[in-house]
Amino acid sequence: MSEAPIKKVEGITKESTQAMIDHAMEIYPEKAKKKRAPHLAPNEGEGACVKSNRKTIPGIMSARGCAYAGAKGVVWGPIRDMVHVSHGPVGCGWYSWGTRRNLVTGVNGVSQFAMQFTSDFQEKDIVYGGDKKLKTLLNEAHELFPLAKGISVLSECPVGLIGDDINSVAKIASEELQIPVIPCNCEGFRGVSQSLGHHISNDTIRDHIIGTREFAEPAGPYDIALIGDYNIGGDVWSVKPLLEEIGLNVKAVWTGDGELEKIAATHTVKLNLIHCYRSMNYMCRVMEEKYGIPWLEFNFFGPTKIRESLRKIADFFDDSIKEKVEAAIAKYDPIMQAVIDEYRPRLEGKKVMLYVGGLRPRHTVNAYADLGMMVVGSGYEFAHGDDYERTSPEMPEATVIYDDASEHELEQFVDELRPDLVGSGIKEKYLFQKMGIPFRQMHSWDYSGPYHAYNGFPIFARDVDMAVNSPTWKLVKAPF
Amino acid sequence: MRQIAIYGKGGIGKSTTTQNTVAGLAYMGKKVMIVGCDPKADSTRLILHAKAQSTVMDLVRELGTVEDLELEDVMKVGYGDVKCVESGGPEPGVGCAGRGVITAINFLEENGAYTPDLDFVFYDVLGDVVCGGFAMPIREGKAEEIYIVTSGEMMAMYAANNIAKGILKYASSGKVRLAGLICNARKTDKEFELISALAAKLGTQMIHFVPRDNQVQRAELRRMTVIEYSPEHPQAQEYRTLAQKIHDNKMLVVPTPLEMEELEELLMEFGIMEAEDESIVGVAETAAV
Repeated sequence: MSEAPIKKVEGITKESTQAMIDHAMEIYPEKAKKKRAPHLAPNEGEGACVKSNRKTIPGIMSARGCAYAGAKGVVWGPIRDMVHVSHGPVGCGWYSWGTRRNLVTGVNGVSQFAMQFTSDFQEKDIVYGGDKKLKTLLNEAHELFPLAKGISVLSECPVGLIGDDINSVAKIASEELQIPVIPCNCEGFRGVSQSLGHHISNDTIRDHIIGTREFAEPAGPYDIALIGDYNIGGDVWSVKPLLEEIGLNVKAVWTGDGELEKIAATHTVKLNLIHCYRSMNYMCRVMEEKYGIPWLEFNFFGPTKIRESLRKIADFFDDSIKEKVEAAIAKYDPIMQAVIDEYRPRLEGKKVMLYVGGLRPRHTVNAYADLGMMVVGSGYEFAHGDDYERTSPEMPEATVIYDDASEHELEQFVDELRPDLVGSGIKEKYLFQKMGIPFRQMHSWDYSGPYHAYNGFPIFARDVDMAVNSPTWKLVKAPF
Repeated sequence: MRQIAIYGKGGIGKSTTTQNTVAGLAYMGKKVMIVGCDPKADSTRLILHAKAQSTVMDLVRELGTVEDLELEDVMKVGYGDVKCVESGGPEPGVGCAGRGVITAINFLEENGAYTPDLDFVFYDVLGDVVCGGFAMPIREGKAEEIYIVTSGEMMAMYAANNIAKGILKYASSGKVRLAGLICNARKTDKEFELISALAAKLGTQMIHFVPRDNQVQRAELRRMTVIEYSPEHPQAQEYRTLAQKIHDNKMLVVPTPLEMEELEELLMEFGIMEAEDESIVGVAETAAV
């Protein structure tokens, strides 16, 4: 069942990919062409073959978010037992409310606070400053929801523009309310994408949270933390039981269905397992340097990568864990094989193109391979060089890699390569469906999930099959 | 309707000069509105005999939103039927005073404060044009005529030259023009000649030399303009002359601001500044011995 990554795709050569890129660039003015060219390249097999983490060129219709989006939507939002305040005008908070499908347990208002808190800035708050309003809001939030373990204050653009001092307000409120009130200076105008919001949030966790709590129970040899899993469609609820099944003690999850106090006590674990490298490698490095905690990247998409990752994890521990890992693999392999047997005949040889964020453009490649499918193009909205270094070995030779792709570029590539499935976001969905190409939203798992780990793979396989083999696309005819 | 903005270094006497000049225009029978664009909100006290009128932003803060505000809540009428509005804003160090000016002026426009019967609108602007908000009065469709209040003091002249640079920026894309320097005399040496020379270098005129007179302070203690407090006093006549000159002024220019060196040469020429001895720059006292 073990699927070696597909390395060659018929008809795709370095020359054909470069010609496709050049064709897509024809429409650009010289200056835009010069700036975009280094962000698009055929896969070299190693190293970062494209330039990344640069400012988007005006007018190219980027799909990127902002620093605030990275802080609110990715890092802070999923922590379930905190109140997260979107500090500034109402829109940023409203449109980032519950949009990522980071699921939570608990009772709303009691043990989780998946609500929309905002300081709803008006003209007067800009002119006179919003610090007093923020103080009032913090008091009210604590009074209304005394069980919230802490409050995060996430700055929107105007707060930074007028120079409000949320840090001192948070400090005073923290002392008065006797709960952590954490200021995060993640104004949207900072940086080139949501990526800086992740980094700023990591730094804020470093400065205000990590090391401030201890677990009640004594530390054990199998204590680990699950880092960078945001519980999209319930992913954490698939990953955590598997890690427990192999004998590990998952002490904290960052931050999917996360709890503040457990995150604060993570400095005592033995190993950090990191799923989304892009958004949380910063804190893994901090915990490594400050507390000597090693960290390991793993991939729980598809049985091949799960098996590989489980064995990599087992190498950190003693034989008892190794035995449990082998037992788990032996137990799940046949179940996974049954899934593959069911879906692979219908998906064999089908082509996929991806354009998402975080880790999916590389981590899911082999899950498609498990189903006999080839990823013939992949790219990220906000990745850095180290992400592309990790992507090249996963992708087949000479396939197109795109960084911060524009709608036009994607349309051109998809039109030329004619894949059987495109996996991207809501902004791309209708464009490709109108082209008659099956589509799955791969930021949110398209209202489905989980896709992680053994419980996730059957759902992933079913969803991909459902999209690719839907009869809909044969019935749709363009009226022109 | 002529819209006029008064700029100048902080503390130079912009508000006093503006209100006395406006009183002079009102005395001539002109309809005038003053829009104070300074969080300190002291641009209308001499006209209204008030400590400080309630400002647009004060009321916005009280009522919650600018939409709930009525024009008559913020517009007061004082001496000579002069209409008075203050933008208001935060105390120093918080919020965004510049946005307060923008909000206030937008509000006045949307609520019909600029009535056709007005002959003049005067904007009395905060000393330092630190951000876009304080340039609001000279944006497209607003003040096209700018007077800079200055004196023979070095820093006031630096400030005047910097403001001229700002005007140049807006003049290149719009209709805003420099209309003259108003010398609010501090009795420095050769002040008349110096400011005349500076005005010539900037391509403009010293429209009036307002001599220093303690009658201004005596009137201010009573929260009055000199024109209202003592219409027969010679100082009142000075302001009426200034008002008449502004009324008749046709000299609107794109300024030619000076380079720093040029300005310093001018100051040296008039003995305000001595030539710098470059050999002593950056040398500590002990090392110099």
